[in-house]
Amino acid sequence: MKRSTTSRREFLRLTTLGGAGLALGGVAFGAAEGGAIFTMPFLRIDPDNTVTVFSKHAEMGQGVWTGLSTLVADELDADWSQIRAESSPTGPLAYGNLAWDPSGRLQATGGSTSIFNSWLQLRAAGATARAMLVSAAAARWVVPPAEITVTAGVVAHAASGRRATFGELAGAAGRLPVPDAVVTLKAAHAFTLIGREGLPRLDGPAKTRGREPYGIDQRLPGLKIAVLARPPRFGSTLKSVDASAAKAIKGVVDVVAIDRGVAVLADNTWAALRGRDALRIEWDETAAETRGSGALLAEFRRLARSDEALDVVQRGAVDAALAAATTRVEAEFEFPYLAHAPLEPLSATCVLSADRCEIWAGSQLQSGDVLNAAAVTGLRPDQILLHTLASGGSFGRRANPASDFIRETVATAKATGGRYPVKLIWTREDDLQGGMYRPMNLHRIEAGLDDRGQLTALRQRIVGQAITLGTPFAALTVKNGVDVMATGGSAAEQYAIPNCHVTWTNPQVGVPVLWWRSIEHTHMAFSKEVLMDELAKSTGQDPLAFRLALLKDNPRATAVLTLVAAKSGWGMPLPAGVGRGLALQESSGTVVAQVAEVRLVDGALRVDRVTCALDCGVAVNPDVIRAQMEGSIGFGLGAALRNEITLTDGRVDQRNFDSYPPLRMPDMPQRIDVHIVPSTNPPTGVGEPGVPPIAPAVANALFALTGKPVRKLPLQGNGDMPNFPSA
Amino acid sequence: MLTLNINDRPVDVDVDPAMPLLWVLRDVLGLTGTKYGCGAALCGACTVQLNGQATRSCVLPVSAVAGQRITTIEGLTGPVALAVQNAWIQGNVVQCGYCQGGQVLAAVTLLTANPRPTDADIDAAMGGNVCRCATYYRIRAALHAAARTLPEASA
Ligand code: FES
Ligand code: FES
Repeated sequence: MKRSTTSRREFLRLTTLGGAGLALGGVAFGAAEGGAIFTMPFLRIDPDNTVTVFSKHAEMGQGVWTGLSTLVADELDADWSQIRAESSPTGPLAYGNLAWDPSGRLQATGGSTSIFNSWLQLRAAGATARAMLVSAAAARWVVPPAEITVTAGVVAHAASGRRATFGELAGAAGRLPVPDAVVTLKAAHAFTLIGREGLPRLDGPAKTRGREPYGIDQRLPGLKIAVLARPPRFGSTLKSVDASAAKAIKGVVDVVAIDRGVAVLADNTWAALRGRDALRIEWDETAAETRGSGALLAEFRRLARSDEALDVVQRGAVDAALAAATTRVEAEFEFPYLAHAPLEPLSATCVLSADRCEIWAGSQLQSGDVLNAAAVTGLRPDQILLHTLASGGSFGRRANPASDFIRETVATAKATGGRYPVKLIWTREDDLQGGMYRPMNLHRIEAGLDDRGQLTALRQRIVGQAITLGTPFAALTVKNGVDVMATGGSAAEQYAIPNCHVTWTNPQVGVPVLWWRSIEHTHMAFSKEVLMDELAKSTGQDPLAFRLALLKDNPRATAVLTLVAAKSGWGMPLPAGVGRGLALQESSGTVVAQVAEVRLVDGALRVDRVTCALDCGVAVNPDVIRAQMEGSIGFGLGAALRNEITLTDGRVDQRNFDSYPPLRMPDMPQRIDVHIVPSTNPPTGVGEPGVPPIAPAVANALFALTGKPVRKLPLQGNGDMPNFPSA
Repeated sequence: MLTLNINDRPVDVDVDPAMPLLWVLRDVLGLTGTKYGCGAALCGACTVQLNGQATRSCVLPVSAVAGQRITTIEGLTGPVALAVQNAWIQGNVVQCGYCQGGQVLAAVTLLTANPRPTDADIDAAMGGNVCRCATYYRIRAALHAAARTLPEASA
């Protein structure tokens, strides 16, 4: 395929986009050590013709190595088979997340922002490299650059019949000055890889063959494995420890107290675990959270009826509209704490010396981890060298402003005087009992409809812990004291309702919380979408039509809903015993709607089929997007069916996958269809937004089946008693 | 000293006989393709083949497997393995990938015994292998796709 270098490209002035991340010239160009002869912040071309893309974002399963590489490779006109990807280094400004900090200072992966914030930056990197290859070829062949084409990794000059691979030109291209900050990007119709079906994921072969190194796999000579004994209740501190029995265990080399507990170091994990079991520890529980889930729920209920609340949305006159309503619905929704439980437990490895701290870990928040490691060691941030490894899942857990697992590892290395490399691992029990949960929530809602069945009033009281208040993220996420990450995505924000009052209360609870895949939308979508079905039913309206009437001014959501309705057979008859439910949520800039079909088999809930439609702007990797929707449906369904973290007298009840049962193969819907709305808008997130709709879609399907609304998660409960009534 | 047979090679190890095979593989022998996920036979991340059968290595004392044939994901070979791994790659099955070594070993064990599994067979054979990324939909599809490339008689 021939293409002129300019006429089919959009002219883009990089300098106008702001952001140090786009100032390619500022960082690490030119010849590098070790035989790589053409390097840039985001890619390296080697003489063997491989192109290695350096991903500034953490690969946790969401396919970001493939996604960012697609952006680079398309503008580079590379062949997909020559592309590799790996994590970028930590530190240089180029690797910041521009969605969170346009200055490029914050290296972080989260909020489904990776493709969104890299869309122009990584394409510009590819286009710049391409221009340099073309210049090198033009100089070598003594022909005008405009006559040179680049197609699928081959640089060619048709008139003279000359051809060269990237590898053959890399050395010469690497000696060229980087072009000034003007580069042309392709128009959408010229994309060859963006939007293409059938691209294999770059990490598929290594992960299928057990060859991808994860953080927990790090090995070093003389490595000691550490496990940490943490207090049984949140907020307790160490009073005393008797480590004599632990130290007597063969293989245990050291026991040290750090701020978060007592670390046992050993030659292998088995000895470390046995050593930890043998510790005799007394904890000071003065400051401990000692309430159980029942007491917390009672407190949340009290707060939902009190005036101790901040305004989130205040529009129109809710009291008057509720008083004038023909139909009123009141509902209270309960959501449990949830653990992320990535299958790879948390882990980090640290080598500490007097002037350097080297860390290997899966990390979603490298900038914060570096600062926290610096604070623990007393070193400067530029003395901290953090290597990002692939994460075996994360779902938000490895983006934590306190850097809990990194700090524990570094503190253990420090407490042992840097004598040995230390790998600290969390067991599954540590993971489920260690906090940083999706916050428990209570939503109390009153809604009113007028005599034509139109939703005119909504009052919603949200009670749930803040996530970013008091962290460095507050500048971005807290407005007038309200944490967006505890309160966003309500019906007042996503539907055109004239009179709304949404308030929020941040209960003081000693259980640490964190963002969990889709953050606030996981509970906000549920109360909103379950309410919609109750309101529709209470006035005899079809749930789809009811929503569409509230979305007249939202063409994207209307298109997504209309598509999911058509593809799911909405309104068509169903076999006896099957219920169908709908839900919609916009999050991370992406609109997702899902329709679930459910049955009750011997009283147990079975989801047979899910139809999903979404608008995520340009679909960079359609199959990765479909995979993210399928995975999000499974992830969200597993949590909705059975997962809850509960406390008894402040102690977490769940320990492992027996008491926190994950979704398994037989639970997965037999049929999932994903439909992507064609779009030319810049791409938005797909790693998270597939999660929020599934729980309310399933709950609404149950509602359709049984006639009774579901207002409490998990649906199936942890034991024999489901939280939904039977038909 | 115990002599293990791992990936068709004899390996001598000097460890606590009660140490689960998982930690011998990972910490002592550096075979980190076998993963830790729960340590309690609840997730399948630590799956190896023991005499050709998918087995949880996290609860298997190393002394119990001396001299028996242990295959880890690093040593998995043969036509069924090739068919499964190709189907996995072509189907873009993996997400984080952490469970996938165990999934592949479980799938190879299944297809070796049952070259044309039904969905119910897959549920039964794969139900112990947790995927927190919930790639189950693609695992099922890839298993069927791999089966179609294999002869119907046991491979
Ligand atoms: S680690 Fe062995 S089954 Fe989970
Ligand atoms: S691919 Fe992530 S746990 Fe299975």
